[in-house]
Amino acid sequence: MSTFWIILTGALVASTCGIVGCFLVLRKMAMIGDAISHSVLPGIVIAFLISGSRDSLFMLLGAAVIGLITVFLIQLFHQSGVQSDASIGVVFTALFAVGVILVSMYTRNIDLDLDCVLYGEIAYVPWNTIEIGGVDIGPKAVWGIGLALLLCVILITAFYKQFKICSFDPAMAAAVGIPVALFHYLLMGLVSVSTVASFESVGAILVVGMLVVPPATAYLLTERLSRMILISIVLGCASSVIGYYLARMLDASIAGSMICVAGGLFLLALLFSPTHGVIFRKIQQKRLLA
Amino acid sequence: MHASPLTIRDLSVAYQKKPVLQGVTFTVPEGKLIGIVGPNGAGKSTLIKAALGLIPRLSGDVSIYGKPYAAQRKLVGYVPQRESVDWDFPTNALDVVTMGRYGHLGWFKRPGSAERKIAMECLAKVGMEAYADRQISQLSGGQQQRIFLARALAQDAKLYFMDEPFVGVDAATEKAIVTLLNELKKQGKTVLVVHHDLATVKEYFDWVMLLNVNLIEFGPTEMTFTADNLQRTYGGRLTMLDRDTSSTLIMNGR
Repeated sequence: MSTFWIILTGALVASTCGIVGCFLVLRKMAMIGDAISHSVLPGIVIAFLISGSRDSLFMLLGAAVIGLITVFLIQLFHQSGVQSDASIGVVFTALFAVGVILVSMYTRNIDLDLDCVLYGEIAYVPWNTIEIGGVDIGPKAVWGIGLALLLCVILITAFYKQFKICSFDPAMAAAVGIPVALFHYLLMGLVSVSTVASFESVGAILVVGMLVVPPATAYLLTERLSRMILISIVLGCASSVIGYYLARMLDASIAGSMICVAGGLFLLALLFSPTHGVIFRKIQQKRLLA
Repeated sequence: MHASPLTIRDLSVAYQKKPVLQGVTFTVPEGKLIGIVGPNGAGKSTLIKAALGLIPRLSGDVSIYGKPYAAQRKLVGYVPQRESVDWDFPTNALDVVTMGRYGHLGWFKRPGSAERKIAMECLAKVGMEAYADRQISQLSGGQQQRIFLARALAQDAKLYFMDEPFVGVDAATEKAIVTLLNELKKQGKTVLVVHHDLATVKEYFDWVMLLNVNLIEFGPTEMTFTADNLQRTYGGRLTMLDRDTSSTLIMNGR
């Protein structure tokens, strides 16, 4: 049973991150997940100072609030003319530094860092279950990430055309009356909710990796946005399944193995993609010369 | 009284502290092809973006067929500069043209076969129907520009704003655009075009707007597009080889 829960959790993370990740990759904001993984530090310190406990619910709330602040600041700076990569870099380093100061001022004697408080380990997912009325309804992570996935699917399918045109041509979108800023913030909000919800159960590397690697692979394999999202979900889920068994075989980190598999798939796509592939392009160039 | 397609009163726009447009006031006549001409940094694109509400304005007011822009969006078509979007985006030509219908679809309705049919017709009007399934990064610059024009046609507007549609296109596309502009004019539509090539202004446009931060002159081309007015617009950066006809113009400092 625990195998099932771990693979299911991996697949849920992969699907959630795959959907929002596609839009991030297309907007050249792929590293936003990494940024959130660092910038939430002040959030958990403040949550600890207010609540006085290391209870995961408070930590999660603190992280979620700072996660939203992070993406809103990044979007705000970007809209006022800062390059998107610079804007991501400025916001997360500054917030992380604030977190470091807070830790050094108030919580020096308590073990309070991201690794032990916020980042979970996917191998422990099956044992952290929730009960309703005495009945065990499955791991907390599955419910948390499942809800985040549901939210993403509902919002992105309902407003697919708006998200698409806002990513491709925001000026045109604004001219026809689509509230571009609202959809940018909505997307960023989804990113923040899904990453923070996942960090707690599966750790940073799996989330950041699933946000970038499968969408970047899918980008090489198709020329339609809807298919890019589907392929990215499929690749992410496949990476979770293969990665889990690879980890069992090697007796190694599960999250690490899942991302390694995703990275391997990316390499295959980079070499053999029919349209963007390195090898195929070389053959075509040779043919042109001959 | 019949409302003009576009009336702008006392429009000023500034980036940081420098004014880009200052006190621009004009009324556009219906059914004309209008060229907007001026040196680099004169605020030509800014004028269009401010009229469409894409950038904040310091002062001034814009009315389209007698009402504010927000109420008249469906009457307005917009062709942004070609470089303003990422042409590696995973989508094809037909899909981009279909985006022209999004404004008519409202919040929840999805583009369906009716929208695709309109998009296909618009592609045909710019001679691109054979490229409907082509990924947009595989199109040439001229073809990409025609896709943008087709998308504006799909908006089925009465007033069009086009931001430098002639920049970096091949001769065939230039001809296709001119044909299309005249087609639009025949249907009684009004088109404002930001234009760079002074040599073709007289040939392409009925009216011309000379702009350099301030509105220098605005009127029918034959009366407005004169050597004197151009000198006032471009200052010393313009050399006229043939003073009598002003048909040969050379721009310096570009």
